[in-house]
Amino acid sequence: MSHEAVLHAHESHGHDDHGHHEHHDTFLTKYVFSQDHKMIAKQFLITGMVWAVLGGLMSVLFRLQLGYPDASFPWLEAILGKWAKGGQITPEAYYALVTTHGTVLVFFVLTAGLSGTFANFLIPLQIGARDMASPFMNMLSYWFFLAASIVMMSSLFVETGPFSGGWVAYPPLSALRDASPGSKSGMDLWIISMALFVVSSLLGGLNYIATILNMRTKGMSMTRLPLTIWALFFTAVLGVLSFPVLLSGFILLIFDRNFGTSFYLSDIFVNGVGALSNEGGSAILYQHLFWFLGHPEVYIILLPAMGMVSEIMSVNSRKPIFGYMAMLGSLFAIAVLAFLVWAHHMFVTGLNPFLGSVFVLLTLLIAVPSAIKVFNWLTTLWRGNIRFTPGMLFAIGFVSLFISGGLTGIWLGNAALDIHLHDTYFVIAHFHIVMGVASMFGMFAGVYHWFPKMYGRYLNNSLGYMHFWVTLAGAYMIFWPMHYEGLAGMPRRYFDFSIWESFKQFAELNRFISTVAMIVFAAQLLFIINFFYSIFKGRKVTDPNPWKSNTLEWTTPINPGHGNWPGEIPEVHRWPYDYGKDGVDFIPQDVPVGDHESSH
Amino acid sequence: MSLYLSIAIIALIYVVIFQIAKASEYVSILKGEENSRKQNNKINGFLMIVFLVLGFVGVYVCNDLLFDKTLLAHPAASIQGEKVDQMLWITIAITGIVFIVTQILLFWFSYKYQEQENRKVFFFAHSTKLELIWTAIPAITLTVLVIFGLRNWFYFTGDAPKNAMVVEVTGKQFGWIFRYPGKDAVFGKKYYKNIDPASNSVGIIWDDKYAQDDILTEQTMYVVKGQPVKLIIGSRDVIHDVGLSAFRLKMDAVPGIPTTMWFTPKFTTKEMREITGNPNYTYEISCDQLCGNGHYSMKGVIEVVEQEEYDLWMAKQKPQYFVANPDKDPEAVKAAATSTKDSTAKVATAKM
Repeated sequence: MSHEAVLHAHESHGHDDHGHHEHHDTFLTKYVFSQDHKMIAKQFLITGMVWAVLGGLMSVLFRLQLGYPDASFPWLEAILGKWAKGGQITPEAYYALVTTHGTVLVFFVLTAGLSGTFANFLIPLQIGARDMASPFMNMLSYWFFLAASIVMMSSLFVETGPFSGGWVAYPPLSALRDASPGSKSGMDLWIISMALFVVSSLLGGLNYIATILNMRTKGMSMTRLPLTIWALFFTAVLGVLSFPVLLSGFILLIFDRNFGTSFYLSDIFVNGVGALSNEGGSAILYQHLFWFLGHPEVYIILLPAMGMVSEIMSVNSRKPIFGYMAMLGSLFAIAVLAFLVWAHHMFVTGLNPFLGSVFVLLTLLIAVPSAIKVFNWLTTLWRGNIRFTPGMLFAIGFVSLFISGGLTGIWLGNAALDIHLHDTYFVIAHFHIVMGVASMFGMFAGVYHWFPKMYGRYLNNSLGYMHFWVTLAGAYMIFWPMHYEGLAGMPRRYFDFSIWESFKQFAELNRFISTVAMIVFAAQLLFIINFFYSIFKGRKVTDPNPWKSNTLEWTTPINPGHGNWPGEIPEVHRWPYDYGKDGVDFIPQDVPVGDHESSH
Repeated sequence: MSLYLSIAIIALIYVVIFQIAKASEYVSILKGEENSRKQNNKINGFLMIVFLVLGFVGVYVCNDLLFDKTLLAHPAASIQGEKVDQMLWITIAITGIVFIVTQILLFWFSYKYQEQENRKVFFFAHSTKLELIWTAIPAITLTVLVIFGLRNWFYFTGDAPKNAMVVEVTGKQFGWIFRYPGKDAVFGKKYYKNIDPASNSVGIIWDDKYAQDDILTEQTMYVVKGQPVKLIIGSRDVIHDVGLSAFRLKMDAVPGIPTTMWFTPKFTTKEMREITGNPNYTYEISCDQLCGNGHYSMKGVIEVVEQEEYDLWMAKQKPQYFVANPDKDPEAVKAAATSTKDSTAKVATAKM
């Protein structure tokens, strides 16, 4: 498809028939330098999946150390060389694995892989647009992400090892090259990669916002948008407002590392080096800048999952989502509060107690919109007619995990308890359940649900069911016991607990958790196999609307070309949740309102 | 060899599972899409209820096995810790009820409302009344938790009692340094450029008149049962964190920005050994902020003792000033003088 055609399609917005132009495509323009939002979405998804497997594999490796600290695995040395001398992971390698696992999963998988995939794929399709506002910028967004990925990947191979100071990269540890081997050139590459990533997410985010605001089809008012789109909209706004702050924090860090400034450094004496000349900086300043993104980031990860779960749950319960406006309002409340709670990550940094109390109040306030969402999902299921597609199962799993992990947020948000639980395994359990695994479930739900639209084929259902049950049970078996470790005060990011009288009692439990982690990782490979097999060999979709859904993406052909609709873009006449209305199973958004139809 | 064998076995398992899944797909096509969908729906609906029941059994078993290993199984070792534990129990009760009710509803609804041919769904798009109820209930509950929490927060972060003993804690890669102010109860000034790892590990300015009786120790800190302790916390290099899990407290050690924390220990180390039934029990200081490759080994110890024992211990400590400057130490000088005298005497005898 030529560039002019896309522009033309945009200008005439819904009144032309420039849908199919694929016959001009070469392999390069179709699969590599594509400006079709659907192809870019797939590029994000598959790159995200590569990182998810790598990041998951890293967690298996460091869980191996935690579960079997005394065992020696010769094959590890064969793979990792000097990082696993004698078949045992070294502390350096352990911390590098932990750091890379965190960075990659948070940013590359659950931000780029999730938002990048579904914002790209769903926004134009569900609002009735032929493509993004700026397809070229959209393409750049992917290429910056790929560049960030390549730089991050290359940091794994430098002599002194990849960055190993934790995904939060707190200075002075991250600022001082001599504080840790990972803070040498590994950190340079880490920070370059992250800077590229910020650019990628800004290019993407601006595009998503512009597209949603300007390119909705006729009749698609803001309150007729599916909740997925609302969630992706707030996600993009969060990203656009907070990622630049992170970048500014990183730029100051680059200055401290390379140009002798003292933004974050003061009164430092490094073993083997001596006293540094930096005075007057504040290491805490970085934490404020970091968490000003870092906390919204949690919602950047969660909101798209919430949106997709709302949509999938409504479709498969054959019932409208309960409380559309309340869902929207709670999304908005969460998005606003997301900017006002960052310091709850810093209760033990010596924060001013009054300031701390304000952050306690605002943090616990988030529980209110979150509770509304949970109750609304439950009411959506109530008296529905539920079809357990794999997508629906993952949506239900998401709600279960969101409840379990969200409730422990009430513990940690209360500063007086956080003083005790901060940086223990309790925190690991909390954020992995509520943010990590839950969002992963949202992502899986999305992939299972929209795979037929992406590839015109179905994923294998049986593998999907196995994948779901093993992952749900496994996730709880891994993370539930960690709450107990946290309640014993067991600190995060320890390579080995054997010298600690207080924590070595959990050796057996750690072995159990590690074993389950390996099984759950193995189950994820089933999904990967299923995904790639089904792209080529899956059962073909024959019904353009296989889930009997109301939203616009199912009004396109089974394999939509660039431009999405071969003819005119359909006009929208109603909200997307008319399921079971007046005894009719579903009424798509492009069906005009009948004369005798009741209002919802 | 066994490596290749296990890889082969794992690969085989994948192939088998995959083939089964593929076969079941063919079976479903043979049976008709509609029938197989119904069957899948039944199985998964049933699994919902199974998961709910087994899940709660699992929670119970997990609690049974692990509760005794948590700190909640024994009384907290500080006054602050008691308050934390009390708050923990309130929070456990409230969130526990919500957890049980919502999880039951979620999986029960999923099971109960699984697709049935003749069911008419209830078109229920919103209800202001319901939505207000479940906005108000969490809001009220959270207010209670916030009030409780903030009262404790201000108590923990508030000023230490006047009679508190003061200890300065400095983190370094990878260990802890403790400084006691000595007889004058005032710390001497310090400057980080004076740091000498061998003799002046925190950089005390010796010229300061308060500095010369300051006492430095490493790894083990002595405090007195029942007497509040105020810690002035700092770091020499990167951010560390003084983690006192037995006392339910922690505070970051940030280079350049001193922080404080205070607590009142309730049991001596010996008493705690009896309470926990663990003869090796120690109050450990864990570093709770990733500080480099030795993070996991950055261990300190707090010895909580009775006043008499503390006094005995303190009497044995030598001010760091004399360690760093042996020529100024009256005892060392005296000892040196005696030994010189001895040696002169010896020389004299030898000469004779």
